[in-house]
Amino acid sequence: MAIEFKQVDFTYQPGTPFETKALADINVTIPTGSYTALIGHTGSGKSTLLQHLNALLKPTSGTVLIGDREITPATSNKDLKSLRRKVGIVFQFPESQLFEETVAKDIAFGPQNFGVSEADALKTAADMLDLVGLPATLLDRSPFDLSGGQMRRVAIAGVLAMQPQVLVLDEPTAGLDPQGRLDMMEMFAQLRHDQDLTVVLVTHQMDDVANYADHVIVMDQGRVVKTGTPRDVFQDPEWLLKHQLGLPKTTAFARQLVQKGLHFDQLPLTEDELAADLVAQLPASAFGGGSTDDE
Amino acid sequence: MMNKLIFGRYIPGDSLIHHMDPRAKLLLSFYFIGIIFIANNWQTYIVLFAFTLLAIMLSGVKWSFFINGVKPLIWLILFTVLLQVLFSASGGHVYFHWGIITISQLGLINGVYIFCRFVLIIFMSTLLTLTTPPLELSDAIEYILMPLKAVKFPVYEVALMLSIALRFVPTLMDETEKIMNAQRARGVDFGEGNIFQQMRAIVPLLIPLFVSSFNRAEDLATAMEARGYQGGEGRSKFRILKWQSRDTWATLSFVALTVVLVFLRG
Repeated sequence: MAIEFKQVDFTYQPGTPFETKALADINVTIPTGSYTALIGHTGSGKSTLLQHLNALLKPTSGTVLIGDREITPATSNKDLKSLRRKVGIVFQFPESQLFEETVAKDIAFGPQNFGVSEADALKTAADMLDLVGLPATLLDRSPFDLSGGQMRRVAIAGVLAMQPQVLVLDEPTAGLDPQGRLDMMEMFAQLRHDQDLTVVLVTHQMDDVANYADHVIVMDQGRVVKTGTPRDVFQDPEWLLKHQLGLPKTTAFARQLVQKGLHFDQLPLTEDELAADLVAQLPASAFGGGSTDDE
Repeated sequence: MMNKLIFGRYIPGDSLIHHMDPRAKLLLSFYFIGIIFIANNWQTYIVLFAFTLLAIMLSGVKWSFFINGVKPLIWLILFTVLLQVLFSASGGHVYFHWGIITISQLGLINGVYIFCRFVLIIFMSTLLTLTTPPLELSDAIEYILMPLKAVKFPVYEVALMLSIALRFVPTLMDETEKIMNAQRARGVDFGEGNIFQQMRAIVPLLIPLFVSSFNRAEDLATAMEARGYQGGEGRSKFRILKWQSRDTWATLSFVALTVVLVFLRG
């Protein structure tokens, strides 16, 4: 399901003394099946944009096309449920949304709101718990007994249980340990592959952008300043620094190598690419030298 | 939704009123509410309005803030005024009479006076909160409560609770908004359906809020202890309130106002 923004403006508390403009003239498309990374400095409007993806916020002017639904400033708040089912949002620190007595009930809560029967919803809950890599023994535990990382997974399972077509992730790995972070990012990549999801990822982790995303939207001060593939976006380090963004670790390292005299046709984004590029450039003797044709 | 409330917000500024001692502002606001009841004819109300508008002008805060401060309460005010107009004891010329409903000259005048009182009180208290940061306000309350220590009232503890509560109001508001959005994304409709459905929809919001408040309280207590907090007694103060000449002048102007009111009173 594609999501398209057409000349979207958004102002918080319009008409009051506290009015602040958060989005200005957004024209951007999130294509069906893409893995879109939304990056930008803190306060650049990423989270505001994200809340437009399932009509939690409606534009102050302009149109958001979510699938074939058109969201305009005049759209009424009724009848948005079908939309919210299709676009699942995992908010930052989603563990704060848990409230039911048991993990199973909490995961089943979303589907039940969308009219799924209790029995079916509980069955989905069991599947989802497995999907996020937690043992079935947790199903009957209280969500408040779990560790932070487990709670995070349960919360994500609760969103996945709605079986959305678009999965929106707002810094899903913030505050997790390196292993948990990697597991989770792999899980999302796998899910996208298995279920043909459209994924939108908001993150400050440029490594994740380089490793997983195929489409990047860069925001600065409420405007979209660049869209393209990660390769397009990361080719210009100076431009990124100007917009207070960083490079993936690999690309940053490659850049240092360039300053030491190496040459890359394109700055590598991932470790594999970097390794391949380096191997191609090293003299063959560097590999413990069988052949000696470089003398 | 909650953002529409102007009452209780602070607008940073650099005016005479902003720089006044919060104790003076707090006490004088209460005093003002007291002397409003001295007024009982149109001359006195004009003087009160002139005084209030002068104070608002001195604060440099835009008029719209004060108008917006009255707006959420306008129905309450009109309701009270209406009750007063329709049911007050008859006096003066009677314009309309039906059963227990009487519209009389006296009733109408009283209605207008009550309206004026409401507006004046809201203007003055809005002025207080718009020009005083919440922390200064809680400092002022602590100072004013100090005499109660003589009767074993836990002044430091109350002041601490007050300043922590004030500090966490915006944080909790943000949190509420965030959890509401998260639950909406999971298919909860807030504020829709009949009263029972609405009450049920609140549960997924209230429980996480309580849980996060408990967690926050625990973290905060740990952090406070780790920084050597052992109770309010014997602490020194970082923010020290200073009574300045402008506060004395402000007090004198209120005294003058009182004298004028008593003099003009019918």
